[in-house]
This record gives sequence, structure tokens and C-alpha cells, in this order.
Amino acid sequence: MSLPDHRPALLPALALAGLTIALTAACGGSDETAGGETPADTIAVAAGDDACEVDATEIPAGTHEFEVTNEGSRVTEFYVYAEGDRVMGEVENIAPGLTRSLLVELPAGEYETACKPGMVGDGIRSPLTVTGESAQLSEDESLAGAAVDYQRYVQSQTAALTERTAAFADAVRAGDVEGAKALYPVARTYWERIEPVAEIFGDLDPLIDGREGDQEEGQDFTGFHRIEKALWETGDISGMGPYADRLQQDVAEIVALADETTLDPLQLANGAKALLDEVATGKITGEEDRYSHTDLWDFAANLEGSQAAVQALRPYLEEADPELVAEIDERFAETEAELGQYRAGDGWVLHDQLTQDQLKGLSDSITALTESVSRVAAVVADR
Amino acid sequence: MSEPTTAGEQGGLSRRRVLGWLGAGTAGALAGGAAGGLIGRATADDATGTVPAAHGAVPFTGAHQAGIVTPAQDRLHFVAFDVVTDDREELVEVLKAWTEAARRMTAGRDAGPEGAVAGSPHAPPDDTGEAIDLPPSELTLTIGFGPTLFTSADGVDRFGLAARRPAHLSELPPFPGDQLDPATSGGDLCIQACANDPQVAVHAVRNLVRLGAGVVSVRWSQLGFGRTSSTTADQVTPRNLFGFKDGTNNLKAEDPSGLDRFVWVDPADSGGDWLAGGSYLVTRRIRMLIEPWDTSSLREQEQTIGRAKGSGAPLGQRGEFDAVDFTARVDGGFAVPETSHVFLAHPTNAGTAILRRGYSFVDGSDGLGRLDAGMFFIAFQRDPETGFVQVQRNLRADALNEYIRHTSSAVFACPPGVRDDGDWWGRALFAG
Repeated sequence: MSLPDHRPALLPALALAGLTIALTAACGGSDETAGGETPADTIAVAAGDDACEVDATEIPAGTHEFEVTNEGSRVTEFYVYAEGDRVMGEVENIAPGLTRSLLVELPAGEYETACKPGMVGDGIRSPLTVTGESAQLSEDESLAGAAVDYQRYVQSQTAALTERTAAFADAVRAGDVEGAKALYPVARTYWERIEPVAEIFGDLDPLIDGREGDQEEGQDFTGFHRIEKALWETGDISGMGPYADRLQQDVAEIVALADETTLDPLQLANGAKALLDEVATGKITGEEDRYSHTDLWDFAANLEGSQAAVQALRPYLEEADPELVAEIDERFAETEAELGQYRAGDGWVLHDQLTQDQLKGLSDSITALTESVSRVAAVVADR
Repeated sequence: MSEPTTAGEQGGLSRRRVLGWLGAGTAGALAGGAAGGLIGRATADDATGTVPAAHGAVPFTGAHQAGIVTPAQDRLHFVAFDVVTDDREELVEVLKAWTEAARRMTAGRDAGPEGAVAGSPHAPPDDTGEAIDLPPSELTLTIGFGPTLFTSADGVDRFGLAARRPAHLSELPPFPGDQLDPATSGGDLCIQACANDPQVAVHAVRNLVRLGAGVVSVRWSQLGFGRTSSTTADQVTPRNLFGFKDGTNNLKAEDPSGLDRFVWVDPADSGGDWLAGGSYLVTRRIRMLIEPWDTSSLREQEQTIGRAKGSGAPLGQRGEFDAVDFTARVDGGFAVPETSHVFLAHPTNAGTAILRRGYSFVDGSDGLGRLDAGMFFIAFQRDPETGFVQVQRNLRADALNEYIRHTSSAVFACPPGVRDDGDWWGRALFAG
């Protein structure tokens, strides 16, 4: 959420940065494309509710295709992580029984694979070794890679956002109140993870995520929160069909724009911090989801999105300021642990069930994390 | 008296540099310990209106921490912290960082070496900037360690300090009529920031809080204005929100033997190996029930306090500083009633003395439209048991109790002063 145009620092990267990266060309063909070239092989992944069997533990450097089959009963996700949970590739939103593929280019190094049944937590992890020569990247190359990494992340999120928003809109149009309530925080997760990108498109953000009272004079109250209000306040969504249509259209529009947008490293650093500010100002206070009280879903998503942006910068930061990286890792872990106390099933405890002491613990950990993450931008700018 | 020297000497801007009107006379007046007495309501009636508030710097280093017998400044920001790490090293790092920031800010400098506006445009400034252009304003920063730092409320020795906890450092006992809010009581650490400009005090606390992120968490804080005690003989006795002069008989800086006896911890005292030269700090947020007080008669008010409202003289005497005579009789009764605050709190009857350093507060109004106001009582003493606790026990029958409620309580051990450039807050406790 936010009011339009309050963050002028976040402008489309291409207008600002000297980075010229051809990114989007590779994203046409396959289901979830991350790397680009034709894969050397296909690695089967059997994702269950309690297992994540990857049919390889050691592979050569290059582009690989992971074919992930959800054999469990819950929606799952599959990730390939480099050190510090830097996302090398991921496929979201794999429904039970479905198979989806992920193309990912992996330089030599140590990685982890993870399935996340229920789409929460650290997931079920296994080590993955990639053999071969590992090239030492220059600082500029590391930073250029950050933009590519993060764009890959954004594209994985927008794909899931599109699907989950469609499912939510379908439930609303069908008058399925319980179904829509269950889907509401899940669809928002993908939105909240990439908000720094979404906010670049100042006109669309308030249409999708504006809160009641944020609208300009004469502007209708639309988007997620309009439907949230109907779902939780009156339980009458008979008039919500047009709002569901509109939400789906606006999301489709912003997804098309976001997929084409590259954030420069400074924007990534500032975006990581901005996501934590979202937590501090909107989620801890319970303002964001004031009718549903599903603020902790958004909290978790903001935190994950912030971490994804920082981790995209990680190869550079590890050279430039390893102490800061260690501090940020520690504080992300502390914040996740603090938040982890309030997990409930596949979701989270509702905001209005948290005590003042519990909120203070969450607030303290976000405050400390923000102090650390706020120092990333200067490290990036000093290159 | 350390005037900040040239800007940039330590890499930051001196806030004072811009203030050309601050002359050497400032330092001279301060050296005499008289600066605090030059200002305030006592001179407001003279219609001069132009005497600047005391704005110089108070030395940060010394045998004792500043902010105890330092002439009481006019403004307070007091903050209590919980330590949220179990890592002793992290805590020590914060104490060191705080000491350096306190050293800088009390000299009128920015909190960090880069300063509010001289750092990278992409980095958050290491000083928050609201004190740019403001002089040191006699800022003092005084740190204290609460009982729970040594042993947590559930009995855990988080930092290996339990064995070093002085015998005198324990939670205060309950008193009749206490209405304490646990959320605004206690704390593992405290910092008392006093200055003659509220913005300078708030700036100091805000920057220290930032430096402590992830290691300490603010438990509660209190703003205060209008010192309610004088701590030197030169200071005019101020009035509290009941309209009475308060602190006439306070321990004063000019009484070194009294301070040694009642305020400073002796090397032979429990914990004296690290606490000698320090003192125990007791805070009580005392809500004053303003509306009932304001509608009570002048006679009732004076009988409750035991002093004349105008002159501050003890009842039955003429001048403020006339000795209290508990035998004086008026109209067949004792001039100073045995239930009056002065009668019960006076050293003669309490059998002890404390150094009071409290401030008035007004925290807006309560939900019923009544002023949420009172005194944030601060006292320093050599031992809380023979200091505040003894005094407070004696106040059980105090007529004033009808008009006040104690709503928060805390006790801290304040270590001795930072000795030199390499010293830091708590070194003797953590490194000794």
C-alpha cells in the first residue's frame, strides 16, 4: 500500500542507471524461465508434504531444468538457494498433482534446494554441489548480476501473483466468501514481496492496494482492501464482482510493467529498506489489513521481499562490507525467529490476537534490522 | 570546562561553532557553578527577558558522573531500557558506543563522527540533526544499571554479572498506596538526560536509542520540565506543580561531607570494587491529583505541605531557609503539623537524607479530561534502603498522600564517572 508518488527515489532503473542488461529475452518459452539457455539436463524433484527428493546432489556448472512434481496435499514452492538464501531460481504456487519446471543457470558453488509445502517456513532443504570453474566477478559484474537476480525473483512472484489474484477474483465473483477469505492473504503475499517494484507505477499501486480514505477526491475505493472490507465487515460480496474484475485487470497491467522493469542496485538497496518500513508502519500497527487482521502474512512477505533484494546484492556486499552482511544475516534470522513464534498452521496468528508485548518484540527486531539494512545503500553507492 | 574546540577536530561539526554570541563568559559563569541560578522564573520578573539559558558544556569525565550534583538543569528526558540480547559482548559494544556518543553530545557535537549532514548522501546520517545549531545546553548523560541486569526477573544470570550485584541493589519494596504500572517501572539500564534545552535532551536520548537497536529496547521513558529541586546553594528553589517551593532542604553540591555520607558509594560498601564513587538512583513517577488540590483551601494546602506557599518558609518561621522548628506552636497546636510532608520527610524525622533531582511532568490529560501531571521524582543516595526507602516508609501518614499516587518505580546503580578518553560506561563492572 501507499499513497502515490511518495517515493520519488524509486524510478524506473533504465532512466537512472548506467546498467544495460538484456534480461527479458529469455523469458518467453518455458513455464518458469530463470537462466536462458537450453538446459543440459532435467532433474526430477518429488515434492511431498514431508519430503523434497531432488534427483541429483552434484551437477556441473551450467543451465539445468528442475521438474518439480507436487506429490503432497498442499500447495508448494521450490527454490534453489546460494549462500545466505540468495534465490538463484524458484517456482511458486505448485498445486497438488501438478508438475512445473524451473530453468536455472548455476555457476560452480555450494547451493541448497528447498521445497516449501504450505508455502511457509524455511522449507525442506538438501545440499546441491555445482562443480566446475567458478569465475571471480568484478564489483561491477556483481552489481549487474544483482539486477538480474532480482528481476528473476520479481518475475517468479508476478507469475504467482497473477494466478492467485485470479483465483481470489474467481471466488469473489462466485460469492464464495470462505474461499475468498482463505485466498486473500495468500494472493497478497506475492504482492507484498515485490512492493518496491509495484510502487514505481504510482497510478496502479493505490488502485490495487489503497486503503479506505487514501483515495483522491472523486476516486473510487478499489482493490484488495475494498474486497477485504466486504468480506470481513459485512460478509456480503454480492456487489464485489466489478471490483474483482478491476483488481484482476490492474494486477495484470502492473505485472506486465514489472516484468519489464529492472531495478538498479541502489534501488534494490533502498527497496529492501522500504519493505521493512512497510512492516514498521503498516503491519505492526495493524493498519494494512484492518478488517481481516491478516497483517502477519504481509509482514512475512515484506520480510522475504526485503531479504531477496539484499541477497541479490550479496556477492557484492560480501566483498565490500562482510561485517555488514554478517550483521544483516543475524538480524534477518532474529526477525524470522521472532515472527516464527506466531505461525499458525500454514498461516499466521491474526494481528488482533497479538499482545502488546508480542508486538513490541516484533517491532524491536524490525527496528534493529532496519538500522542494518539502511546501511546497504551507501555501501552500494561507494563502489 | 571543555569548550568544544575547532570543528572537525574529531571529524564532526561542532554545533556551537555557529553561535558567535557565546563568549568566554559562559565558561566562566559555569566554572562558578552559578549558571543555573542565573536563569529561570526568579529572574523572569525582572523583565530582562534576554538572559540566555545556561548553554555551555558540562565536563563528561570526572570522579563522579555528571548529572547528579551538577546544578540541576531545567529539562529532563529519562529512559529505561530492557537488554534484549544475551550476548555480553554485544552489550559491551553498545556501552562503548554510547560512551563515545555521550562524550561527543555533551560537548555539543554530533552523536557520530560523520555528523548529521557530512556523511554519504546514500547513508542514514549518524546524527539525527535536530540539535544542529543548538549549544551544549549543559547536557549531562547519566547511566544506571538496574537489578535485572545482574539477575533477570526469572532468575537468569544473562551476562555473568550476578556475583557482582551489590547487596543494596534490589527492587524497592512495595509501599502502601502504590499504584505502580509494571510496564513503566524497572528496567535493565537507564539514562538520565538533563539539559537546559528540551530538544538537546531529546536529541541525546534519541541518538543513544538508535545506537542500541537490536541490543537494547526502550522499556519506558519520561519527559520532565521545570526542575523541582536545587542541587547547589546558588540555585533558587523552584516550585512544583502544587505551587510550593520544593527541595529547600536538599543535599547540595557544596556539602562534600554530606554527599560522601549520603550520596556516594564508598569503596568499602557492597559492590564498592566497581561502584565506588557512584550512587543509587531511585525514580518514582508521582501523579499529582491536580483538581482536588486546586480546590482545597490555602490553609489546607499549607498544612499538608508544612510550609507557607508564598515564601516557602516552614510554618511558624519567616524565611524559606529558616530552620524548621517542630516545637513551634501556633494557636495552641504545632505550627508544623505532624502529618505534614515537611514534618515527616525532614532529615530530623526521617533520620537520613537523599539528593533529590526531580522534574515536573505533564503528559497531557487522562481520558476524563483531568491533567495527567505530577512529579517525576529522582533521588540519588548511597544505599536505597537507608535513603529513599527509609524516607518513604516514614511518609505513611503523610497528608500529601491524599493528593498523589505513585505510578512507576525503578532503582539503578550508577557507576562512577568516566575517567579518561579510553574509559567507558560500566568498564569496571564488565572488565574488572
